[in-house]
Amino acid sequence: MAINTNEARTLPALSSTSPLSKQMRNILTIGTITLFTTLLALVYLMPFGYAAAVSLRGTSIETDTPLWPAKSAQYTYEGQPYDLYKVTIDGQTRQLALVKKGREQSTFVDPADPSTQIPWKGRWRTLERVRTFSPNWGNYSEAWQAINFGRLFLNTFLIGIIGTFGTVVSCTLVAYGFSRFRIPGKNILFIILVGTIILPPQVTLVPTYAMFNRIGWTGTWLPLLVPHFFANAYNVFLLRQFFMGIPREMDEAAMIDGANPFRTLISVILPQAVPALIAVSLFHFFFAWNDFFGPLIYLVGQESRWPLSVGMTFFNGQYAQLPHLIQATSIMALALPMLIFLLAQRVFMQGVVVTGVDK
Amino acid sequence: MATTTQPSQVAGRRRSLQITRRERNWGLLFLAPWIIGFLLFFLGPMIASLFFSFTNLVLVRPDEMRFVGLANWSRMFYDPLVRQSLGVTLRFMLISVPISMALPLLMAVLLNSRYLVATPLFRTLFYLPTMVPGVAGTLIWLGVLNTQTGWINLLLVRLGLGNPDWFNDPRLVVPGLTLVGVWGVGNTMLIMLAGLQGVPTEMYDAAKVDGAGAVRSFFTITIPLISPVIFYNLVLTVIGAFQYFLTAYVLYNGQSGPENSALFYMLNLYKEAFVYYNMGYASTLAWGMFLVALAVTIGLFASARRWVYYAGGEA
Repeated sequence: MAINTNEARTLPALSSTSPLSKQMRNILTIGTITLFTTLLALVYLMPFGYAAAVSLRGTSIETDTPLWPAKSAQYTYEGQPYDLYKVTIDGQTRQLALVKKGREQSTFVDPADPSTQIPWKGRWRTLERVRTFSPNWGNYSEAWQAINFGRLFLNTFLIGIIGTFGTVVSCTLVAYGFSRFRIPGKNILFIILVGTIILPPQVTLVPTYAMFNRIGWTGTWLPLLVPHFFANAYNVFLLRQFFMGIPREMDEAAMIDGANPFRTLISVILPQAVPALIAVSLFHFFFAWNDFFGPLIYLVGQESRWPLSVGMTFFNGQYAQLPHLIQATSIMALALPMLIFLLAQRVFMQGVVVTGVDK
Repeated sequence: MATTTQPSQVAGRRRSLQITRRERNWGLLFLAPWIIGFLLFFLGPMIASLFFSFTNLVLVRPDEMRFVGLANWSRMFYDPLVRQSLGVTLRFMLISVPISMALPLLMAVLLNSRYLVATPLFRTLFYLPTMVPGVAGTLIWLGVLNTQTGWINLLLVRLGLGNPDWFNDPRLVVPGLTLVGVWGVGNTMLIMLAGLQGVPTEMYDAAKVDGAGAVRSFFTITIPLISPVIFYNLVLTVIGAFQYFLTAYVLYNGQSGPENSALFYMLNLYKEAFVYYNMGYASTLAWGMFLVALAVTIGLFASARRWVYYAGGEA
């Protein structure tokens, strides 16, 4: 099933024959549904706003606002910068610079008329500051250095790319085998393949770890890469579905022309399966970008080999007191997957639906 | 069946036999990566972990491995940490699974509505959070649910609903983690949307003629017709809940939360295996979880007969 990507659905009852009240009701429904959806989207995406706001915040507690990055507005009076406060005098709120702080009485100056000093009775600490929007872009470079983001990013990227290569090659071969060849017991093999989807990975965890440990691969990337060169059920399934939709006549024609199955796969099947191959690549790349458990157990203590997921967790444990750096790191970590998704979302979403619905 | 065979037929059959053998060999060659991988990373380890579950294997002292019979298995039944972790996992399932089904269904229904403007934009927006890497998403939500500066908590305080300390109050840990989990519903939403798009519109028209309102036709037409899709997602979500690990680990840095309130089954297993290196007992825990998950899945399939409707007959 494909998702409707074009807006071919026509809105009903906007024709001239329908009575006005019906037309009004339609417009009202459109308005209500769209408004509700917009509100839901705003609430759902609100944490992005939070992360962005906090990632740009300053470090001073006095001037912090939880909603947006701010600093105190200031006014320079006689060569000295003074903070601006909102002061209510005679029922009128004015923005004044606090030039002399006192316990019970302070002196202010109005930037519009700096020549007269205004005495004010009351505690200046109870006054609200005048804040100006002031994003602290330096947080990003600070976070980048504190966490050694370049190294983590490169590690994650390499682990992702190498694994993606292995997954695409191996799953293509296996899916081709399942979709085009008469092999005794093929159906049983396919059922076993799909069955591995429901097997919880924990059941194979301990021996797999022990095996990698025995051959000295723990502490390296190999346990995170090598298994992906042996195909996996989800992607084989997706590619097989796709290959079966490609007419056989074309590869039979190639075979008659003397091409061996390898040639046929490369010159006939693959050019027609590009969307499915992109979907599989993206699935694996995002999986690797997200993967946490594997690197956590296989790369213990190997800081220079960590990917982002493990590095950020460690960083969070150490820098929990510096939320602006944590949020800056989070935003940096989600930037690439989000960008790739936005560029390739159609192919990606169709892939999700194929593996989810057609099974 | 012919009783006499002509020479030309024999030759023809031999040729086709040759082709079949050639085809089979090529096919097996293409399947080889998966077959080898299955033996190396599935079948072999499965058998090995079943074997380990009857031993006292400790990773750092492999030479001292001995057969201990059912000791691990009986220990699992009486282990208070196992009981606690199962309880936390089930509690999480009860709270989080309904939400991780209802929210994507709501989004999918909205996206499928012919009254929605700019559908592709909203579909992208609703899917976007699913793309956020797990650790980054967890850290963002930790901030949003913070008692001092978190926007959700600020809103709750402003509405006079108190200032819940999500991750330090043992009673609120599971609901808090459920909130963190709502960013992962994108795939479920897409699959439900595809299911909704497969519902023939004539059925709604017919219901309308019969005087059924939108709510009524949603429950009597939409839900039954997409019940296979709901079921598929339900099974996946439940299996996923058994394997819940990342968020809890990141949140408490590998600890189990106040009063063990975030000791998920998988976290307990991880600790036995990779903190205490009790590989024998960890294997038992893994098999225990597999058996419980299998029982729950079978239960779901059994219940499916009552409420899952397959338009093309029994699937």
